[in-house]
Amino acid sequence: MSARPFFSRVSSGRVSSRRVSSRRVRRLAGRTLLYLVLAVCAVVYIYPFLLSIGTAFKTDPDAIAHPLNPIPSHWVLTAFTELEQQDFLLWLGNSVIVAVSVTAGRLLFDSMAGYALARLRFRGRGAVFSAIIAVMAVPSVVLLIPKFLVLKQLGIYNSYPGLIVPLMTDAAGVFIMRQFFLSVHPSIEEAAKIDGAGIFRTYWSVVLPMARPALITLTILAFQGSWNDFSDLLIAHQSPSLDTLTTGVGRLVSGQLGEATQYPLELAAAMAMTIPVAIVFFVFQRFIMRGPEGGVKE
Amino acid sequence: MKLLSRRGSLRRRETAAGWLMTAPVIVLLLVFLVVPIAMAAWVSLSNWTGIGSPFSSDVSSVGLRNYQALLTQPGLPQQQLGESLRNNLYYVLFVVPVQTALALGLALAVSRKRLAGRGFFRTAYYFPSITSSVAVSIIFLYIFGSTGVVNALVGYLGAHGPNWFNDPSGVLQLAYSGLGVTQAPAALANHGFLGLPWWQWLAGPSVAMVAIIVLAVWTTSGTFMLIFLPAIYAIPSELEEAAIMDGANAWQRFWRVTFPMLKPALFLVLTLGLIATWQVFDQIYLMSQGNPAGTTLTPAYLAYVASFSDQQWGQGAAIAFILFAIIVALTVLQRLVLRDRGTVAGDRA
Repeated sequence: MSARPFFSRVSSGRVSSRRVSSRRVRRLAGRTLLYLVLAVCAVVYIYPFLLSIGTAFKTDPDAIAHPLNPIPSHWVLTAFTELEQQDFLLWLGNSVIVAVSVTAGRLLFDSMAGYALARLRFRGRGAVFSAIIAVMAVPSVVLLIPKFLVLKQLGIYNSYPGLIVPLMTDAAGVFIMRQFFLSVHPSIEEAAKIDGAGIFRTYWSVVLPMARPALITLTILAFQGSWNDFSDLLIAHQSPSLDTLTTGVGRLVSGQLGEATQYPLELAAAMAMTIPVAIVFFVFQRFIMRGPEGGVKE
Repeated sequence: MKLLSRRGSLRRRETAAGWLMTAPVIVLLLVFLVVPIAMAAWVSLSNWTGIGSPFSSDVSSVGLRNYQALLTQPGLPQQQLGESLRNNLYYVLFVVPVQTALALGLALAVSRKRLAGRGFFRTAYYFPSITSSVAVSIIFLYIFGSTGVVNALVGYLGAHGPNWFNDPSGVLQLAYSGLGVTQAPAALANHGFLGLPWWQWLAGPSVAMVAIIVLAVWTTSGTFMLIFLPAIYAIPSELEEAAIMDGANAWQRFWRVTFPMLKPALFLVLTLGLIATWQVFDQIYLMSQGNPAGTTLTPAYLAYVASFSDQQWGQGAAIAFILFAIIVALTVLQRLVLRDRGTVAGDRA
């Protein structure tokens, strides 16, 4: 496509070469501007995290006096020692229990349902699939009060099952798994079937290992979703011993209103609870941020 | 004959397996989605106060009284609902267009083929999206605190920053007074809707709400950038090249080639944005609890407080259903509006 400018550069002497160079200057200016804008945006998105990490190691007065400087004037660990006294380790344990159980549940249930909806021919399949799609459209915040009512009625309010079981499946996960199985050719499973493997055996030892990419996507979504979840966990329990990181730290923040705010303590909590999702994110980044090479199938 | 019966039993086996494998999902969704909605519907028509079971004989139906108290009877519930709807409406009006435009802009920029540091930029913009609402709320309480980063920057410019989370003044009202309108015109002060005078409806988001709006845009623009990216990559490069050959400049190429191809992604982003912004809850609970002066109250938070704090479960459930109705109505409306435009463009093409 560069044929035209090249040709004109050769054919018509100085005038157009000046035009070309002015165009080059304009392009250079454009690129510089683009990088400048992107860099400013990157600062806006990243600097708050750097500030938060730095402030976590500050003293309270230092945090208030120098809000723009991420480097503490004295490095102190008061925020972290205080966090430990605030049941932080208990919250961490509860968050791990919830996130791991929810992720395991979703991997199993969503992949089973997704496989059945993609491959098995059974009466009512279409109805089940449409119902699951319809469910995806229900706004989750609207369900807070109703979910609390059901948890109470079932007698699992304020217990680990109450925190975990309602999150153990999600319609979006079923949808993702179904789409994945539809995109895979069924020849391998058919071979297994001819060899005499039953449906469950085929699913467990042939289909699941094949579905690794989709299962990884699902793992990321489920882990991140349950680790970061606040409102569903908030309405499912009352006793502080069941607090996860989100609800525990949330109580810490919203309960402190009116008192002098201890920014280092709060920011230390915020950054510490972000570490696990950040690790998952950086390990599996290539699955989340698919470039042009492995574009998401729509 | 034998073959036929074998096929029949295979069919039956598939049916059994199909239902068995979908059963956990069906049961969970039934128990935690369909049943709760039915229960909440009953509670919204009852006078249950949170004690005992809502199905016990002490609880009786009050008909539509909870809805009437919210929608037609002048009083505190109606006024609070009106306030929360106003606040959330401005939140939606500011967040959705800004986050969509920003996400599209970022996606277009980082999808360029010859961009050094493409991966870095993408990660930077996406990172806030993986952070929990609790952590982000804490960061923004710090940044927008009276001695925080934003006010320090404002101070460098020689101005005096507001006390963000304690400032209930509406930004549009501040603009009106800048134009010399400091008093509400009588027509707007004495008439209103849902217990709120029109002058209050026109106040705009409060300064406190603006901080939460910025938070929402900052957190979600990366998520939506990721929805735009594959759509941008899916545009065949021949189209762009053909447009260049035809002498279209960058502006024309964007509006005539790129933009029309991105319409499905845009539609998705707008729908998801609209649904999510009407449900803002976590940030309100964590950062402002509806303060100052009720200017960050939202329907989702109001429903929570009415039920869990004030024990007005019927009213809380009724607010949740009103919110549900608003979200459904707006989604349908948006679909109609955008689809109409889509077909007109399609006819022209």
